[in-house]
Amino acid sequence: MIENEPMLRMTGIHKQFPGVKALSGVNFRLFPGEVHALMGENGAGKSTLIKVLTGVYTIDAGRVDMNGQTIAVHNPQEAKQAGISTVYQEVNLCPNLSVAENIYIGNEPRSLGRIRWKEMNRNAERLLQDRLHLHIDVTRTLQSYSVAVQQLIAIARALSVSAQVLILDEPTSSLDQSEVAQLFKIMRKLKSEGLAILFVTHFLDQVYEISDRITILRNGEFVGEYMAQDLPRIELVAKMIGKELSLLEQLPKQSGEGAERCAEILLEASRLGKRGSIEPFDIRIHKGEIVGIAGLLGSGRTELARLLFGADRADEGHVQLGGYRGMMSSPRQAIDLGIAFCSENRKTEGIIDDLTVRENIILALQATKGWFRAISRKRQDEIAEEYIRLLNINPPAPEQLIRHLSGGNQQKVLLARWLLTEPGLLILDEPTRGIDVGAKAEIQKLVVTLAEKGMSVLFISSELEEVLRVSDRVAIMRDRRKVQEIQGGAARQSEVMQAIAGGEQR
Amino acid sequence: MLKRQYVPLLVTVGLFILLFAAGSFRYTGFFSLQVLMNLLIDNSFLLIAAVGMTFVIVSGGIDLSVGSMIALTTMISASLLQQGWPPYIVIPLVLSLGILFGTTLGAMIHYFNIQPFIATLAGMFLARGLCYVISINTITIDNAFYTTMAQTKIRLPGNTFVSISVIIALLVVALGIYVAHYTRFGRNTYAVGGNEQSALLMGLPVARTKIMVYGFSGLCSSLAGVVFTFYMLSGYGLHASGMELDVIAAVVIGGTLLTGGVGFVFGTFFGVMIQGVIQTIISFEGTLSSWWTRIVIGVLLLLFILLQKLLGERRLAERS
Repeated sequence: MIENEPMLRMTGIHKQFPGVKALSGVNFRLFPGEVHALMGENGAGKSTLIKVLTGVYTIDAGRVDMNGQTIAVHNPQEAKQAGISTVYQEVNLCPNLSVAENIYIGNEPRSLGRIRWKEMNRNAERLLQDRLHLHIDVTRTLQSYSVAVQQLIAIARALSVSAQVLILDEPTSSLDQSEVAQLFKIMRKLKSEGLAILFVTHFLDQVYEISDRITILRNGEFVGEYMAQDLPRIELVAKMIGKELSLLEQLPKQSGEGAERCAEILLEASRLGKRGSIEPFDIRIHKGEIVGIAGLLGSGRTELARLLFGADRADEGHVQLGGYRGMMSSPRQAIDLGIAFCSENRKTEGIIDDLTVRENIILALQATKGWFRAISRKRQDEIAEEYIRLLNINPPAPEQLIRHLSGGNQQKVLLARWLLTEPGLLILDEPTRGIDVGAKAEIQKLVVTLAEKGMSVLFISSELEEVLRVSDRVAIMRDRRKVQEIQGGAARQSEVMQAIAGGEQR
Repeated sequence: MLKRQYVPLLVTVGLFILLFAAGSFRYTGFFSLQVLMNLLIDNSFLLIAAVGMTFVIVSGGIDLSVGSMIALTTMISASLLQQGWPPYIVIPLVLSLGILFGTTLGAMIHYFNIQPFIATLAGMFLARGLCYVISINTITIDNAFYTTMAQTKIRLPGNTFVSISVIIALLVVALGIYVAHYTRFGRNTYAVGGNEQSALLMGLPVARTKIMVYGFSGLCSSLAGVVFTFYMLSGYGLHASGMELDVIAAVVIGGTLLTGGVGFVFGTFFGVMIQGVIQTIISFEGTLSSWWTRIVIGVLLLLFILLQKLLGERRLAERS
């Protein structure tokens, strides 16, 4: 294959949002007939880069060249005219319109302003058949088809405007195995037709299966561009997380004495799974044990927790907890069985902004008692005082509105809320995300203390060091599978990273 | 093959036929072409306003200013005619005012991200208030053109007749159907109602579409006002009070989803006709007070919203 000129070249891209440097000095090249994977952890700047390229955001500094000419796109429409088409993660089409319309709207064949439906339907049918091997009724509404088909229709829309660059932003995140295979087949076909494809995904297996070239971003900065076959998985992961492998080997072992203190099994899940979300897994949590869940974003960490908590319903397997054996059918049931779940979206699923610290704390306890057996105000005040002291919530003012608290303190209020229900198992999903170092350490310490008092904790975090420091045992997730379990004390970061990256190297 | 999106439409048409048949069996003299024509004559202004409202609701919004806009139009028309302005200036003037009023509301809704409910509520109070600035009394119209428009009967075969307003209303319905299905503006309206965010990312002119939708509704309201003026031959601040709710009810009964994205002007036509036929049945009954119309409409609305909900859920269940 000839090492030809890049079709698209982005040089020194800078983008700043109020208070955040989203992109600084990022370079990116796309070659015709290649699939180029854009990799990076959450907040690395992948989405921003794509949005800059498609004109959703404007560039602060830097330049974009396409076919040797500098271009400036100010909105998605202009990007499309320049030959850059995007398929977003959530299918960004209109569910109420027909398939054909979704492909052509804004670009319908018309005569004298009148839309020629017959021609549009015919074109849509031909496009889907010829380029995507999809035989469907294009006059039905989009919502009558599965997400996988919708995804393909979105690609068809992108192709309908003679695109040269196709951006696929996490197209596989809601597809199952066979659907992914179909998508890849189509991607290969399009690639062979000379299209330049930018592919974003969190699944490492998929990256290596389809990509020719990989660009890695971290914290809005350009880490490097590599040919896929020259970059071992473990190095990819190290570059994404930002730790050189050699450096990791030297890190001292963290303590892990707690591993033996627990004998009694609190919860045992066997073959618990949900199609399209997480493959069946077994997990055993002992009393007073901290089990960490490590893995990249989208590897199934949260999904695992949600199944245990009944927030999503499993479609196979069962959970054994105390005397109960079966599936968790609702969070309510899980709470009754003594499970508490601190979700990762503190802002949207956890705290209630306009309530006071006290009100936020008693929320879950009140819910377990039922709304008709009100907790007296005196008791509420006592509880609030107690937990504010216990968790060192700052400022120690129970009547403060929670939105005035810092992220770390909001997290502590959330913790207090669940601790109050005296759960047997506390699930913490990213409890330290977005809070400062001091508060992080405090929360980690608190978790360890709770476990020492006999509470079991499922600790999910994208920070590997943190998981290893806190956990007695670490379960490792990769591509929606639980792939391995490692004793926390014995685990080295490099070992865990190897597991996260996946066994065989390419 | 029957497509799911046509189910509410068929229910509406079926219901109209059922109601009309029921009336025909129960009351002598009900089953005649003229009764049908009277439905059109008495509801032509409602029909015109409802076409505009259909676009607004399909786009995912709501327009509460319709009734007040009709009243304001009757008021302005009547007072200008009283001062001797000729109709060929008055009518274009009030129609342009309607467009201006609607686009202003649309621009507020889009650019300042104000809830359509609130923005048009403000518009509703504003227009109603302006009526009383002009006069607190009824202003009667004796302009020759207006009286001609009001009294002219267009003879139809079968010894029936309709008014000129009916012709205008049917033209608006036909235009509405064409615009909704065969123009970019129409399709963009559906797209915006289906998913505004997606529409934006698909590169559709969302701002222009939303503003034009309210502008169109404003135009329809003022045209409804003109037709209402023909019908009443007067301007009055209390005219058409609460009519926006009748209009919304007609649109919803016509099968348009309040959540936006789904609906047909054709359905709206039957929504208006159903309201009309219920009124006619109640007037034929004689002993029932006219409030029964409201009660029946209320029940129907509830049923239709439930039906939409059920259809929506079945669709979701089918897909997963």
